[in-house]
Amino acid sequence: MNKLIIEKKPILRIQNLFVSYEKDKYAIADVSVDIKKNIITAIMGPSGCGKSSLLRALNRMHELYPKIETRGKIFLNDKDISKLSNIELRRKIGMVFQSPNPFPSMSIYDNVIAGYKLNGIRQKKAKRDEIVEKSLKDVALWNEVKDALYKKGNFLSGGQQQRLCIARALAFQPDVILLDEPASALDPVSTSKIENLLVKLKKEYTIVLVTHNMAQAARISDYSMFMYLGELIEYGKTKDLFTNPSNKRTEEYLTGKFG
Amino acid sequence: MSKVQKPDKGSLKGNDQRRAAKNKIFQALVILFAFIATTPILLILFELIRKGMKQVNFDFFTKVAPDSWEAMTAISQGKVIPGGILNGITGTFIMVIVASIIAIPIGILIGIYLYEHGEQRYAGILRDISDILQGAPSIVLGIIAYIWVVKYITHGYSALAGSASLAIMMLPLIIRSTEETFKMIPVSIIEAGLALGVPYHKIILRVLIPTGLSGLTTGILLALSRVIGETAPLMLTALGSPSVSFNLDKPVNAVPLLIWQFYNDPNMVNLIWSSSLFLVALVLALNLIAKQIAAKQK
Repeated sequence: MNKLIIEKKPILRIQNLFVSYEKDKYAIADVSVDIKKNIITAIMGPSGCGKSSLLRALNRMHELYPKIETRGKIFLNDKDISKLSNIELRRKIGMVFQSPNPFPSMSIYDNVIAGYKLNGIRQKKAKRDEIVEKSLKDVALWNEVKDALYKKGNFLSGGQQQRLCIARALAFQPDVILLDEPASALDPVSTSKIENLLVKLKKEYTIVLVTHNMAQAARISDYSMFMYLGELIEYGKTKDLFTNPSNKRTEEYLTGKFG
Repeated sequence: MSKVQKPDKGSLKGNDQRRAAKNKIFQALVILFAFIATTPILLILFELIRKGMKQVNFDFFTKVAPDSWEAMTAISQGKVIPGGILNGITGTFIMVIVASIIAIPIGILIGIYLYEHGEQRYAGILRDISDILQGAPSIVLGIIAYIWVVKYITHGYSALAGSASLAIMMLPLIIRSTEETFKMIPVSIIEAGLALGVPYHKIILRVLIPTGLSGLTTGILLALSRVIGETAPLMLTALGSPSVSFNLDKPVNAVPLLIWQFYNDPNMVNLIWSSSLFLVALVLALNLIAKQIAAKQK
């Protein structure tokens, strides 16, 4: 595995990560990689290559399922994430899922502030309003929903709901946002809105994006990983990876020979 | 004509015709049996309204059941029987409330447990027990409530004993509907909560229960409508009472119990119909509300 010369300080360091769903069957085998700050890193690869498993290891989602075993170390800003509490870790690393999943029982306002509310973090009303407004403005949803903040979000389109979910993750002001194929359930217009949004957001946040859409990775990511059968095959600047892949399997995948 | 028709190419058209005919016959049978099945229901409703309506007046809801003598006098004078079923309405009301207070929290908690740990052995046993309980004859549950509550807690027939027997009947229905409701909530909603660092018990309380609220309400309403007409277990527990009582320690009446008492008194026959009409209307209303809520959920 080739490691690149690092210009920016990495925000996430993954060392010898293994994830297994069954004994001795690894979804991720010995992955070590540094993820740099304030850029978009795309994780690509065919179905079942471990890209989602890698992403979910970053905020310890795996530990909810006792059968899944994780080994290796992950550092966020030089702190071992296994030593952080759930709430600390997930305040710093937010997550957006494949299909939009706003809380159906809550209003748009409550959805954005849900992380604070559900964790019992008290805040003055003015501060809450400020967080909601900023988060919704960050995802370019404010103008569309500002008159319906206290309504339930089920009248929103899929794309709007997904942006609401991104706003919910942003409300915590995380360091890193993990996105698991955030646009795969959306139409092209909504997809391009989300993509533009992510490019804008990288000024403030570090973004890790799982995608099986190679064009999407090429369009918006700065760095790309190519994974295959649980291994990290290639990692580098997206431009280099797409124009001049150093590994044969990367090349084959990118040219559509398999995947 | 040959005995066996061979499916050669020439008979394809005949085959088609036969299929169409078969379809027609089956369709006609389905419609016929559907009609046969629904007719008695409509007849019952019609009969109840026809015979029961004339007794339904203001007194019917505000006065207790008359005694045999009053009823006989009224009938001999060709009048409407005085009095009503207030003691039954209040008794049913108080027992259903107490049964709900017992059964709803326990049922929802067990439902959550089954949803959470559905594949565990103990959960499987629990689910089977709940199914058996649902199929148990209600009189048996009445006997159990009699032994547990009447003999050892209230030392006599009581509203509490009646509530206990109704609660046992409500439990399996609420357990099942809770589990099924939660199963329908996408896992991604739960993961959204976990990704925000929310502890699991809070996700259940603040995300799962509000999200499934209409499903839970539907289940509870259906359970209520199931037990509201129960008579047998109440005979052994609540016994019946000629007056309005809100004392959990003492016997109370219930609408279905009243119907049974009216049946045993030849002077009260008219009241059977009106009480039955009331009970059917109540159950029907509960079912319709439950359906409305369930439809809204979709």
